[in-house]
Amino acid sequence: MNVTQYDRIGERVYRKKLDNGLELRIVPRPGYVRKYAFFATRYGGMDTRFQLNGQWLDTPAGIAHYLEHKMFDTEDGNALQELAKNGAEPNAFTSNAMTGYYFDSTSHFEENLRILLSFVSVPYFTKESVDKEQGIIAQEIRMIEDNPDWQIYHRMVQGMYANNTARTAIAGSVESIRDITAETLYRCHEAFYTPSNMILTVVGDVEPGRVEEIAVEILPKRGGAAVPRDYGQEPEGVATHELKRSMEVATPQFLAGFKCRPPEAGAAWFRNALVGELASDMLLGESSPLYLKLYDDGLINATFGGDYELLPGYACFYAGGDSRDARAVTDAIIQEAARIGGGQFDTSLYDRLRRTMYGEYVRSFNSFETMAVSMTEGYFHGYDPFLFPEVFESITPEDIRAFLRDNVTPERCVLSEIVPIDADAEESA
Amino acid sequence: MNNIRKPVAEGVYLTCLPAQKFKTGVLSAQFIAPLSAETAGAVALIPSVLRRGTAKSPDMGLLSARLDNLYGARIDDTVRKLGECQCAGFVASFLDDRFVPGGERLLEPVADLMGELFCQPVTENGAFLPAYFESEKANLLDAIGSIRNDKRLWAGRRLLSEMCAGEPYGVSRLGEEADVEALQVTELYGRYRDMLQSMPLEIIYCGSASEEEVEHALRGAFAGLPRADVRPIPGTTRHPSRADVLHVSDAMDVTQGKLELGFSVGSDDYVALLMGNSMFGGSSNSKLFMNVREKLSLCYYASSSYYRRKGIITVSSGIEFDHYQAAFDEITRQLEMVQNGDWEDWEIDSARSILINSYASLGDAQGKLENYNLSCTVTDFHDTPEEVMGQIRAVTPERIIEAMRTVKLDTVYFLKGKEA
Repeated sequence: MNVTQYDRIGERVYRKKLDNGLELRIVPRPGYVRKYAFFATRYGGMDTRFQLNGQWLDTPAGIAHYLEHKMFDTEDGNALQELAKNGAEPNAFTSNAMTGYYFDSTSHFEENLRILLSFVSVPYFTKESVDKEQGIIAQEIRMIEDNPDWQIYHRMVQGMYANNTARTAIAGSVESIRDITAETLYRCHEAFYTPSNMILTVVGDVEPGRVEEIAVEILPKRGGAAVPRDYGQEPEGVATHELKRSMEVATPQFLAGFKCRPPEAGAAWFRNALVGELASDMLLGESSPLYLKLYDDGLINATFGGDYELLPGYACFYAGGDSRDARAVTDAIIQEAARIGGGQFDTSLYDRLRRTMYGEYVRSFNSFETMAVSMTEGYFHGYDPFLFPEVFESITPEDIRAFLRDNVTPERCVLSEIVPIDADAEESA
Repeated sequence: MNNIRKPVAEGVYLTCLPAQKFKTGVLSAQFIAPLSAETAGAVALIPSVLRRGTAKSPDMGLLSARLDNLYGARIDDTVRKLGECQCAGFVASFLDDRFVPGGERLLEPVADLMGELFCQPVTENGAFLPAYFESEKANLLDAIGSIRNDKRLWAGRRLLSEMCAGEPYGVSRLGEEADVEALQVTELYGRYRDMLQSMPLEIIYCGSASEEEVEHALRGAFAGLPRADVRPIPGTTRHPSRADVLHVSDAMDVTQGKLELGFSVGSDDYVALLMGNSMFGGSSNSKLFMNVREKLSLCYYASSSYYRRKGIITVSSGIEFDHYQAAFDEITRQLEMVQNGDWEDWEIDSARSILINSYASLGDAQGKLENYNLSCTVTDFHDTPEEVMGQIRAVTPERIIEAMRTVKLDTVYFLKGKEA
């Protein structure tokens, strides 16, 4: 196995690509009792249209998530129980571009790892078990739909992207999941749950050689062919500039999103992600003049914050929180971006924020989960997240100015709002 | 764990949890107040007003600049409810000195800033700045209001406030809207001065610095704390069981109903109750998960929690409105099964393993360590995680059955849709 030492952040990583195409990563954590394994496939809510054996297939919205639920079923019962007998707490999640399965345990690590690798790689569905899941997932969808944070975000993405499949709700809708059958689930598993489309990351005080032996023993001997996917052709502009709806909320909330140009995969992707984050801190982070002014004016509160998100064919810079005047905050964000982008650049703030971001990144690797997910995203998008200090140093003030100038503009903006039901009634009265 | 809680000043205790393996240091300082409807809003508001500025760094911009220079150290104002205590203060988290470029030290400047936040707020005419007071009061009111946004949280809160109405435990950690609304700046400042003088203060550190270094840093940072007679840490009273079950429901414009059940617990055998609760609804192998969700497909989540400090168990689930009765019947049926010892060997083995796993891994997360230690102190509980694990290994089915038979339905809360 290849070993890389990262002295600046105090990490060491073992890497190997197995003969079947599986990428294996081990991050040793001496002194910890917990051992954590994260097994992920490059397949998520946005991968609804793809080519299998030469044919394009359109699958129902929510199918990757449905598959995640059903993978825990095994011919002998349910993998959750198997793992729980050893005290392991297994779980899984589906995001736009990946599905990850993991467990956390303090004993019987090797046995737990075998169970994890085995239930994820061997599908077992029946018509009855697939049908029974409808009720459970329908309730999960209802729960999500009642969540204002999700609504506001989902509506923003839908307003921003006309075609890119990132606009698909990851869990689908109560209607779309009705079309899911055991047969479609098997085909999706065949396409995406092949070792060559997956990565296994283990964090903890483990012996790397043993992890490799177990992976070789349990997983299929051969990988599958690469699966072409269609994320949709996306125009440069946004689909809608403003969206508003009322819900059972106490205070009005908003997100102002900006459609950005997505970077190429590889080192450019990682660099672009860091530029976007730093630009967000510079423009509207807790230390920024804009944040302080809006906070003092009572237009935002501690819920306010921003982020930058990348997916295949998709890049979005957004900020939001509670506000009684979302439009005023959005306009202020655009004006401030133009001011900083136009050259009014506070270099002492910039230097301070660089320190902050450095500290936050290194600290985030305290978390086994963050570590494993960063590693997986880095692998899927072609970069090494542990090279953070080096990539970070290459960023210049001009990168930040250009990012804000090019992306945070009225043309690229979508304002999504959720207002309390009563306030809406007054408005229309 | 070789932690020691020792007095460092009048009514001020330090618990030092030495650890070399983390990339961060965590320093927490919490005042312990009795939870009461009358004062909860004020206690919740004080840390956020203090967090706005100190005499030396009088606004958020200047405070942020200091924290940025400390490699993005965070000092967050926090309010927690542990038993019938309200813990309010700050939790700081900062890069461990080993990873700071140039070998700068962060513990001392972070402790100093925390001491300043507590002891030297920016003031005007002998009280907090009115602008800071007003804006944080508005934010606290928003935070109280926004519990309503998360329907699961809201339903849980409604259950506790109805079930424990009249008991301190029924009070929200943030206080009630009307009480916060009525707060005045001079009154709040008076409560703050009283906090400094008379409320117990618990400090917890977890990181690579030695106890001597931590003590030294704190001595400097908290030198200005004006201590007088310090009151003892308040106790928690067990929830009394109710003669008739209380039924409460609300209607909102939602697509999913929330069914919450509250149970009183008559036993003090907490290890048996931890085990019983784990089998009932405490994990993804519990009876609630396996039956209400997996077998009957009634919900996405159905789980139970045991609150040792208060002696209650609650169940939380999200269901179709018209599945109310089916879900209610199945939940109560599953509880009866636990009470009758009607379980398979794997269920008790899993419950044991999962609980042991969670206590065994406590030492791997600084946040959990801090919360565990604070909660032990506040509720006068002195078993180490190792001791708890030993007791979990030893607990018998008979003890579980006996303890779970004291679990009795107390309150039912249902959040339903407007048109239902």
